[in-house]
Amino acid sequence: MSSTLIPLQLAIGISVLWMGLGFAGLGLQRYPRVITTFLFPLSAVGALILALTALLALKSPPSAVILGFGLPDLPFHLRLDSLACFFLLLLGAVVFGIGLFSSGYFRTMKGLALGLLFLQYHIFIASMVLVLLADDAYLFMVTWESMAISSYFLVTTDHHLTQVRKAGFLYLLMAHVGAISILLCFGVMQGGQGDYSFDALREVHLSNFWMSVSFLLALLGFGAKAGMAPLHVWLPEAHPAAPSPVSALMSAVMLKTAIYGILRVCFDLLSTQLWWWGALILALGLVSALLGVMFAAVQTDMKRLLAYSSIENIGIILAGIGLTIIFQSDGKGLLAALTLTATLYHCINHAFFKGLLFLGTGAVLHATGERNLGRLGGLIQRMPWVAALTLVGALAIAGLPPLNGFVSEWLLLQAFLLSPGLAQPYLNMLVPVAAAALVLATALSAYVMVKFYGVIFLGQARAENIQQTHDAGGWERAGLGWLALGCIALGLMPVAVILQLDAVTHALIGQSLGGTAARSSWLFLTPVAASRASYSPVFFLLVILVVVLISFLAVRLYYGGKLKRGPAWDCGYPAQTPRIQNTAEGFGQPIRHIFGPVFHTQAELPRVDDPKPKYRIAIQDHFWHLIYLPIARCVEFSSRQIGKLQQGRIHIYLLYSFLTLLLLLLLMR
Amino acid sequence: MTLIEGIGYQLLQSLLMVALAPLMLGWVNQCRAWLQNKRGPGLLQPYRVLRKLFHKEALLAYNASLLFRATPYIRFGCMWLAAGIVPVLATDLPFSPAADVIALVSIFALSRVFLALAAMDVGTAFGGLGARREMMIAFLAEPALLMVFFTASLISHSTQLTTIVATLSHTQLALYPSLAFAAVAFVMVLLAENARVPVDNPATHLELTMIHEAMILEYSARHLALIEWASSIKLLTYITIGIALFLPFGIAQSGSWSALPFALALLLVKLLFAGLGLSLLETLSAKMRIFLAPEFLGIALLLAILGMLMHFLLET
Repeated sequence: MSSTLIPLQLAIGISVLWMGLGFAGLGLQRYPRVITTFLFPLSAVGALILALTALLALKSPPSAVILGFGLPDLPFHLRLDSLACFFLLLLGAVVFGIGLFSSGYFRTMKGLALGLLFLQYHIFIASMVLVLLADDAYLFMVTWESMAISSYFLVTTDHHLTQVRKAGFLYLLMAHVGAISILLCFGVMQGGQGDYSFDALREVHLSNFWMSVSFLLALLGFGAKAGMAPLHVWLPEAHPAAPSPVSALMSAVMLKTAIYGILRVCFDLLSTQLWWWGALILALGLVSALLGVMFAAVQTDMKRLLAYSSIENIGIILAGIGLTIIFQSDGKGLLAALTLTATLYHCINHAFFKGLLFLGTGAVLHATGERNLGRLGGLIQRMPWVAALTLVGALAIAGLPPLNGFVSEWLLLQAFLLSPGLAQPYLNMLVPVAAAALVLATALSAYVMVKFYGVIFLGQARAENIQQTHDAGGWERAGLGWLALGCIALGLMPVAVILQLDAVTHALIGQSLGGTAARSSWLFLTPVAASRASYSPVFFLLVILVVVLISFLAVRLYYGGKLKRGPAWDCGYPAQTPRIQNTAEGFGQPIRHIFGPVFHTQAELPRVDDPKPKYRIAIQDHFWHLIYLPIARCVEFSSRQIGKLQQGRIHIYLLYSFLTLLLLLLLMR
Repeated sequence: MTLIEGIGYQLLQSLLMVALAPLMLGWVNQCRAWLQNKRGPGLLQPYRVLRKLFHKEALLAYNASLLFRATPYIRFGCMWLAAGIVPVLATDLPFSPAADVIALVSIFALSRVFLALAAMDVGTAFGGLGARREMMIAFLAEPALLMVFFTASLISHSTQLTTIVATLSHTQLALYPSLAFAAVAFVMVLLAENARVPVDNPATHLELTMIHEAMILEYSARHLALIEWASSIKLLTYITIGIALFLPFGIAQSGSWSALPFALALLLVKLLFAGLGLSLLETLSAKMRIFLAPEFLGIALLLAILGMLMHFLLET
C-alpha cells in the first residue's frame, strides 16, 4: 500500500465517518443536545480534514482504488485526481463553516426531528464526496441518486406545509429527469462495449455525432441539477424551502457537483470538444445569468432572492465553461487555461459567498422568524455580528474589489478581451456582446445586493415583532466568520489561489496559467503580461485604508469630532413611520419597468375610490407557461387516454389477456 | 526612473487631483452661470462650502449605524485611489499596476454601493428612493462604461490604462471610428454617473427628480463635506479619463521632470475646455424624467457595443 493512496483513503474514510455519524445521530435522537454540541462540531472537523487533504493532494498524480462492494462483477471504482481534489476542497471548506453554524442553529429549533435531519444531512454530504470520487458510471449514478434523494428529504423537512411538499416534488421530478439524461449519456459514451468504468469511457472513440449526443445529454442532465435556464424552475422553489444550513449546502456545494459533472464529461471523458458546444453553453449560461439576476431583483422573499442569484452565478460559471470550450476547440490553449481558471475560481467564490449569505439569512430567520423582506429592517442595530459578516458576503457577490467575487469576474473579462482572432467569424462578433451581457449581469447583481442588504439590515424595523431580536450565538458567528474569512482571503491572494488551480487546468486541458500569473510578483495578478493587465488587491486595500485613516485623523485633528444625535429629518411631514421606507417591491419596480417583457406579471392595482386599497403583484417565469405547463398538460392528457383502458372490471382484464395471448400466438406462430 | 521619483510623481498627481477637484466644479458652475446670464458665485465657491461644512457640528439620526459614519471616509478613499490611477500628467506611475480599467470601474462601484447602503441606513423615504434610483442608473451606466473601455483596450491590446494612453497618444484618432462611438457613449455615461443635468440635477432638491441629492440628504457637516469633495474628485477623474482616452496628446513620460510644466499647462487648457463643454451641454439640455434615463443609458450602452463591433468589423 503506497503513500500516494493516503489522500484517497482519507477522503473515503471521511465519507464513511459522516455516514457513521449520521446513524449515531439517528440513534441519539432523544438527546438533541448531544447532537448539536458534539456531533455537529465533529462532522465539521471531518470536513476541515477533508479540505486540508484535498489541498495537499491537489498537485499529486491521480490515485485509484477498486472496492469490492456493490453488485457482483460491478465493483466500485474510486479515483482521486486534481479535478476531484479541487471540488473536495471546496466541499470540505464550505461544509466546515456550515457544520459550525448548524451546531448553534439547530440547538434551539423546536418541533424538529433532529436525529433524522442529521442522518439525511450526513448522507447528503457523504454522497457528494463519493460523487466526486466515483470512477465508474455505476457508482456515479448510485451516489448521484442518493445525493438527490437525501436532499429531497432535507428540502421537505417542513413537510406539513403544502408549499414545501410541492417544492419537494418538483425538485424530485427535475432531479430524476436529469438523472435519466445522465444515465443515457453514459450509455452513449460507452460505445457498445459494455464497460462503464471511466477509464474505459476515456478510451472509446466516438464519431462527432455520438460525441455531440452524449454532450447534449450531459448538458441536459447536469444542467437540470445546476439550475441552468430553462431547467431552473425547481431551484427557487426547493432551495428556500429547506432549513438555511441545507439551503447553503445545496446552493454552495450541490450545484457545484453538477458543474463538476459537466467538466468531467466535457474535458476528461470526451476526447475532443467541438466549438458549437461552447457557443451553446455560453449562450445558455448568459441567459441563465441575466434571467437569474433580473428575477432576483424582483423577489420579496430573502431566500428566494438568493436562490435566483445562485442561478445567475451558475450562469456565469457556465459561460466560463462555454468560453473555455470555444478556446480549446480553436487551439488557443493559454486562453482556455485563463478562462478555466476564472471559471473554477468563480466556483469556489460562489461556494463561499453564497454559503455565507444563506447562513446569514438563516441567522436572521432564526432570530426574527421572518423570511419576507417586507417585514424586516434595521437589523444592523440588533444583530451587528451577522450584519457585519453578511456585508462581506454581499459585497463579494456584487463583484466589488478587493473581495473574491471581483477576481473571478476580472479574469473572465480578461479572457473575453483576449478573444479576437477566433476561427469562427460569427463567434468573434458574439463574444463582445457576450461580454456586455456578463457585465450587465454583474452590475445588476450589485443592485440586487443593495436591495438584499439594505432592506434586511438597514433602515428601521418594518414590523413590531422583530424589535426584540438578538444576535447570533458563538457557533453561528464562527461559521459565518469562517466563510467571510474565506471570501476575504480568496480576494486578497489571487496569485496563490491560481497557483493551486494550475494543477486542475493542467490536468483538464494540458495548459496552465501559473507561470505567467506569478511571473512579476505575488502581489500583482498578471494573467498574461504586466503591460497587458494587472491587478493588486492588497495594494488596492492598503491605499484605501491609508487614505481613510489619514482623512479621519486629519478631520479629527483640525475640526474635532463634534457630534450630535437627533431625529432623522422628516421633510416637514411629521407622521413618519417605518412603513414609509422603500420596500422590496419598490426595489423591484425599476427592473419590472425596464425589463418588462422578461416577466410574466399579474398586477392588481386598486381603484382610486377603493376604501380598502390592496396592491398585489405576482411575477412568474415565462418558461413556466411556455414549457412546463404545456408538458404537464400533455402528460395529463395522455395518461387520461391510457387510463381509459383501466375499467376496473375483471372481465375486461380477462379480455385484455386473451387478446394479448392471441396477438402473441399470431406473432410467434 | 527611480522608485522615489516615481512615488514623488504619483503623490504630486494625486494631491493635485484632490486639491484641484473643487476648483473644476467651481469652473463648471461659473461657466454655467455665465451661459445663463448670471454672475455666478466665483471659482472658489466649492472651497468655501467645504470650509463651512467642515467647521459645523455633525448631526446624526438616532439610528444611524457605523456604516453611515464610515461611508464618507470610504468614498473619499476610493476616489483618491481612482484619482491616483488615471494617468493625468504622466504615464507609467507606480500606482497604476494596482488596478486596470476594469478595477477602476469597480472602484466607482464600490464607493457607490457604500453610499447607497448608507442612504438606506437611517430609513427615511428619500434615502431609499435615492439609493434605488442611483443603483438603477449605475447598472445601466456601468456596462456602457466598461464597453467604452473595452473598445479602447481592444485597440491597444491592454486593459492597463497607462498602456492604453501610451498607445493611443501615438496613433491618429481618425483611424478609429470605433473610438468616436465610444467617446459619445462615454460623455453620456459621464453625465449620468456624476449626477449632471439630463439625468440628475445637482442644484435641485426637488423631491420627485433628485437622485444623488436624495441619498445624501441625511448627511451634514464633515461627513457631507467629505462626500461633496469626493464627488468633485469623481467628476474630475471622469473628465481626466475622457481626456486620457480621447485627447491623450502631450502627456509626459514619467520621470521626465522637464516635460512636466508643458504637460501641466496643456492639461489645464484641456480641462478649461472640458468644463466649458460640460456646462454648455448642461445648459442646452433639460432634465429628463426618471424613466427616460434608462433609455438614455440604453442608447449609451448600444453606442458602446456598436463601437466595439465596429472595431471587430473594420479595424482588425
